[in-house]
Amino acid sequence: MSAPPPPRPQPSPAASPAPAIALEGITRRFGPLIANQDVSLNLAPGEVHGLVGENGAGKTTLMRVLCGLLPPDSGTIRIDGRPARFRNPAEAMRAGLGMVHQHFLLVDRMTVAENVVLGREPHAALGGFRRADAERDVAALAERVRLPVRVSAPVAALSVGEQQRVEILKALYHGARVLVLDEPTAVLTPQEVDELFAVLRELRDRGTSLVLITHKLAEVKALADRITVMRAGRHVGGGPAAELSTERLAELMVGRSVPPLGARADRAPGPPLLEVADLSVRDARGLEAVRGIHFDVRAGEIVGIAGVEGNGQQELIEAIAGLTPTARGRLTLAGRPLSGRSAREHTRAGLAHIPGDRLRRGMVADMTLAENMALGRQREPALGRGPFLGPGTLTAFARPLLERFDVRPPEPGRLGRQLSGGNQQKLVVARELSRGAPVVLAAHPTRGVDLGAVAAIHARLLAERDAGRAVLLLSSELSEILALSDRILVMYEGRIVHETTPAATDERTLGLFMAGRGNGGGS
Amino acid sequence: MKRRLLLGSAPFIAVALALGAGAVFILAIGESPLELYGIMARECFGRGYGIGQTLFKATPLILTGLAVAIGFRTGVFNIGAEGQMVLGGFAAAMAGLLPLPGPLRLAAALLAAALAGGAWGALPGLLKARFGAHEVINTMMLNFVAYALVAWMGHSVFEHATVRTATLPESAWLPRLGAFFPALHGSPANLSLLLALLAALGLHLLLFRTRLGYELRVVGSNPAAGEYGGIAPGRAQALALAISGAAAGLAGIAFVLGYKHYFELGFSAGAGFLGIAVALVGRNHPFGVVVAALFFGALSYGGLVVNQRVPKELVDALQGLVILFAIATQQVMERLARRLA
Repeated sequence: MSAPPPPRPQPSPAASPAPAIALEGITRRFGPLIANQDVSLNLAPGEVHGLVGENGAGKTTLMRVLCGLLPPDSGTIRIDGRPARFRNPAEAMRAGLGMVHQHFLLVDRMTVAENVVLGREPHAALGGFRRADAERDVAALAERVRLPVRVSAPVAALSVGEQQRVEILKALYHGARVLVLDEPTAVLTPQEVDELFAVLRELRDRGTSLVLITHKLAEVKALADRITVMRAGRHVGGGPAAELSTERLAELMVGRSVPPLGARADRAPGPPLLEVADLSVRDARGLEAVRGIHFDVRAGEIVGIAGVEGNGQQELIEAIAGLTPTARGRLTLAGRPLSGRSAREHTRAGLAHIPGDRLRRGMVADMTLAENMALGRQREPALGRGPFLGPGTLTAFARPLLERFDVRPPEPGRLGRQLSGGNQQKLVVARELSRGAPVVLAAHPTRGVDLGAVAAIHARLLAERDAGRAVLLLSSELSEILALSDRILVMYEGRIVHETTPAATDERTLGLFMAGRGNGGGS
Repeated sequence: MKRRLLLGSAPFIAVALALGAGAVFILAIGESPLELYGIMARECFGRGYGIGQTLFKATPLILTGLAVAIGFRTGVFNIGAEGQMVLGGFAAAMAGLLPLPGPLRLAAALLAAALAGGAWGALPGLLKARFGAHEVINTMMLNFVAYALVAWMGHSVFEHATVRTATLPESAWLPRLGAFFPALHGSPANLSLLLALLAALGLHLLLFRTRLGYELRVVGSNPAAGEYGGIAPGRAQALALAISGAAAGLAGIAFVLGYKHYFELGFSAGAGFLGIAVALVGRNHPFGVVVAALFFGALSYGGLVVNQRVPKELVDALQGLVILFAIATQQVMERLARRLA
């Protein structure tokens, strides 16, 4: 029964040089929407190419066309000068094209090695899966490209940064010599971003071509050799990264010059509107995620909470919002105690909540924009008479809000899922900031939102502050925390380990406190 | 708009495909499908009596279909409409036999049907809200409990050596439709149809025109967002199951108060289970449910009409085919709609 060892794939990213890729005149429509119109893009071997643009500009569509996930309506893809036509991702993969999606496509319960080899598993004569071989191959590949991973750990046990490394390994294992990364830093901490960039530089030096899809200009400036800017489905500019300033890129992306954040009026904060005393919260597993926290947020002030994701910030916000029961401690809103038992009670007491995960909490993808605008406000008397809630009233209520907050398209009858991520976020912000609640919880208020909209949302939050409201801001973007906050709290392992003001600190210092090394960590 | 049109056309395409596939069966038996379908259509829709039969068969299906649909809309799967219907029918008969003055008797019987079914639906709802017990298991198991409960309670009330109650006094009867529309004369269609249509309208208003209905739909689509929006998902689902059970309970009256005027074991004939198919083909929309129920009603009467020439299993096969194709076309249309969107 000794079967001869079957030939195994020999993944070696640097074995042959990355091909030159040319996209010529790609057009792709979705119904009436033109996602890509006559877009061309060249990718030289071993180049890092930044593909930037606002959400909905067509970046991802273009790359999905390149990687065989979408057929173009017209246009040609050339690999090393020869036209190529991919009917599915497997064919593109065979040509050496790999994509790391924004939302990882990993099987949580399977190990790292199993995920990496999925679709091209080393197997025995009778089709049995050779786990040991898979683990050895993956470990060898990881060693070669310097991407440290725990090959036998289940994916569910990995951090987001590690999962991303698994995705990259998976593409390399399948022979990718051109790697497309879609918003790779959206879910990473500053430290993880540094690690990722080190990995990407390493890959580039070994001859892999990279396409970096992003709307964060600092990143693309840091890494890319050349940049292509897209807006509204078209190629609007680009060139060598060294010749394009961040301001110029922003202007190309947005189509006009982006005003810098207006100067903040200094104003003395008023009385505390949100008081948190000795608060402890358990997470889903029953572990103490928030451990005896004290702070308050006063009228006319923005308090920013910085921290590496998973240090209790999410639980803290959910507890204040009434979505997670508190284990201990007191919550007081404008002098009135909150029970911590129901979101409805907290909302009624005067709380607006922009949730961190809009698709899970903040909206219902299968309902219309008008219906989504009423979420959490469905009992407000203005929305209907007595027990009734008519579609007419909902539409009339939603339309001006959609327009005022620039949700595109501002059509109340559309489904939530038909909006881009940034516009979904604008809808949630519109709904919550139009409540006029004295206390605003804003968790990742600009996550996945394009530049123009970020500025608008920031301005709204500052306007809330200037109107005498208390804003608690949670963000993984330190620049956002620094730009908006009057005071900054750093959370680490469920406690507040540092309190400071933007004037007295910088990203580096905050990063050290976030990593739990605040006081001994030099600098 | 285009999306709605696409998705709305799915059930009709499914029916056409099912009839096409059924034609193959009929051909295999050596009969002419066109002729048989023609007979069925003529008998079900072309004559007053046949229309009456179709309406009568459709009445309980509208109600059980609505029952399943409101569950789905709130994110719970009520497989217990059968048991709720049986219990509702039994309760209606018991209340109808109470010594009450005339009009009160009918009102009491209707109320009893809704309450008994509603309680039987609320029970798994509360178990889910309180303990997280899955409603699919509990509603299904409660079907058997309902059968057994009725058989056991029936012991003391059934007529000697039968499995039926005494005939209800006339004041508890729902009049036949033939009394208002002479064309329907002789058919068992009765006023419970009007009740079923009102229930569909009521459910439509509840779901799409009230704050409560909005909350139910939010929970059905995204429970986490419901919680965020100040809605307790468990409570919403328990309430939906109670309403669902009440609708299924009322499904029992078409037979008990409107046709035979007594309760008999086995009267439901699977209408509760067929409600799942009705909701599915009706796309969980109250008006869609009415149309789907009429179709399934016609199918079951049409099967009786032609059962001299084809085995009665043909109707079962057609039912199954419609369900299969409904699921398949639904998926295809979803994809098409997404591609066009």
